[in-house]
Amino acid sequence: MLLLECPYCGAKCEETELSPGGEAHIKRYGPGSSDQDFEAYLFMRENPKGVHFERWRHVYGCGKWFHAARCTQSLEVFGTYAAQTFEPPQEIKDKISAKRPGWSWRDFS
Amino acid sequence: MSQVGCVVTHWIVGNEQDKGIPNAQSKNRIRNHMRRYSAFAIAREGARYHTGWERAWKSPEPKKRYDAIIVGAGGHGLATAYYLGKNHGIKNVAILEKGWLGGGNTGRNTTIIRSNYLQDPSAAIYEKARSLYETMSQDLNYNVMFSPRGVMMLAQTEHEIRGYERTAHANALQGVATEFISPQRVKELVPIINIHGPRYPVLGALWQPRGGTARHDAVAWGYARACSNMGMDIIQQCEVTGVRRDGDKVIGVDTTKGPIDCDKLGVVVAGHSGVLADMAGFRLPIESVALQALVSEPIKPCMDVVVMANTVHGYMSQSDKGEMVIGGGADGYNNYTQRGSFHHIEETVRALVETFPMISRLKMLRQWGGIVDMTGDRSPIISKTPVENMFINCGWGTGGFKAIPGSGWAMAELMAKGASPLADEFTMWRFGEGKFIDESVAAGVAH
Repeated sequence: MLLLECPYCGAKCEETELSPGGEAHIKRYGPGSSDQDFEAYLFMRENPKGVHFERWRHVYGCGKWFHAARCTQSLEVFGTYAAQTFEPPQEIKDKISAKRPGWSWRDFS
Repeated sequence: MSQVGCVVTHWIVGNEQDKGIPNAQSKNRIRNHMRRYSAFAIAREGARYHTGWERAWKSPEPKKRYDAIIVGAGGHGLATAYYLGKNHGIKNVAILEKGWLGGGNTGRNTTIIRSNYLQDPSAAIYEKARSLYETMSQDLNYNVMFSPRGVMMLAQTEHEIRGYERTAHANALQGVATEFISPQRVKELVPIINIHGPRYPVLGALWQPRGGTARHDAVAWGYARACSNMGMDIIQQCEVTGVRRDGDKVIGVDTTKGPIDCDKLGVVVAGHSGVLADMAGFRLPIESVALQALVSEPIKPCMDVVVMANTVHGYMSQSDKGEMVIGGGADGYNNYTQRGSFHHIEETVRALVETFPMISRLKMLRQWGGIVDMTGDRSPIISKTPVENMFINCGWGTGGFKAIPGSGWAMAELMAKGASPLADEFTMWRFGEGKFIDESVAAGVAH
């Protein structure tokens, strides 16, 4: 049972109030991109055992999309942050570093 | 009588091994060729207070090098090793397991066996598996309690009727015996079902009479015993920590029991496939989530078929012990917890109480979760990898148990010969090529 705080309306939501939206910070490759990039964009996923970044939607609340930083092994939530960003804010990264020294995820660490 | 006796002795033998109880006496008794299980053996051992049973498989230390290493001693990994030896004569094989044998999804599923898939490649491999289950007890000399009691998938919407009629026609062409049956026939086969709704009345069902269940642990134990008997090394509590490469070619693995060399490496680790792929330096189109199941207290026999209700999402069968075995939902987000979210239990039980009103006061005994590896098209991957001589068998998602023998058969052929007709369509490159084996959308099936 996950508890995530919506960064927009501030509600502390239990997971049935939310809708999971899959991996975060995926760069879209559209027409004109290489087959490899397009395949990776559509299908390849990090699937880490540990620190992970995801998109969630506060579907039975304010309806907004947001990001969450979470551990897939312990279900610990490191924090949530707004959707309008290409990478996790430094504050979130610092929180993760404090709890999981040496972590890395894609190009972030 | 002898059936019952046989089962009991297997549990004793398996459990003893499971718990790793040191038993010098039985260790000394290990010989190269194990004694066959039979009615005669039960009588013989019965006459001497069951003191003569041998351990079902050996627990050796790893050698420096093997022709082939299989990572993962679950059903699929053990079946792969078994068919490598039996079909292809490759017997210098180690099967590495980080936990205990059959302790992952092999010991956590709802034991359903069926092959009523829509797409040809799926039907081929699942029907191969189902047909191997028919004779598995005899082939392995181990009672896996295969019970072809029949599997029905309820149609509870007009769309499902059309979908299942289409699947029944496809199955007829594929040589898989299924039929679409009426609500009245459903009620005859499952008297405890409520076919009148109110939310989702039963409008028919896709019925596979030779589908059924088997005892999941026995499948792993039977394969393990047969592998050990062929001289293969099953090494438990040995976690792979790295994949060693020479250029693009695999040369061995690092483990918690030291480095081990191999010519060929087969990775068959279900939920942790992404972790192993990461060690070898490539990515997979896989995401791992927890899938749950639960069982009730044992009750008298009340349902002798397997019923799956995909619209309301729940499936149920009754075990030989009398427990109602219930499959639940998968989490919508990545995790490796082997627990699963609590609300799925409520959703599943709510759906099943509506379909089977008599279970409303049943007490639930146990709940657990397994980590399932989901692909984009909900079909497995049995494939070569970007690393030469490294092969991967994963992505069985929520329905791997039924496929164990067919999966092992195909994976062994792929590893031995470099190609397998059963596995050709299931490459990891099919996503980039757009050649999906789309069971998630086309068949609308739960796995």
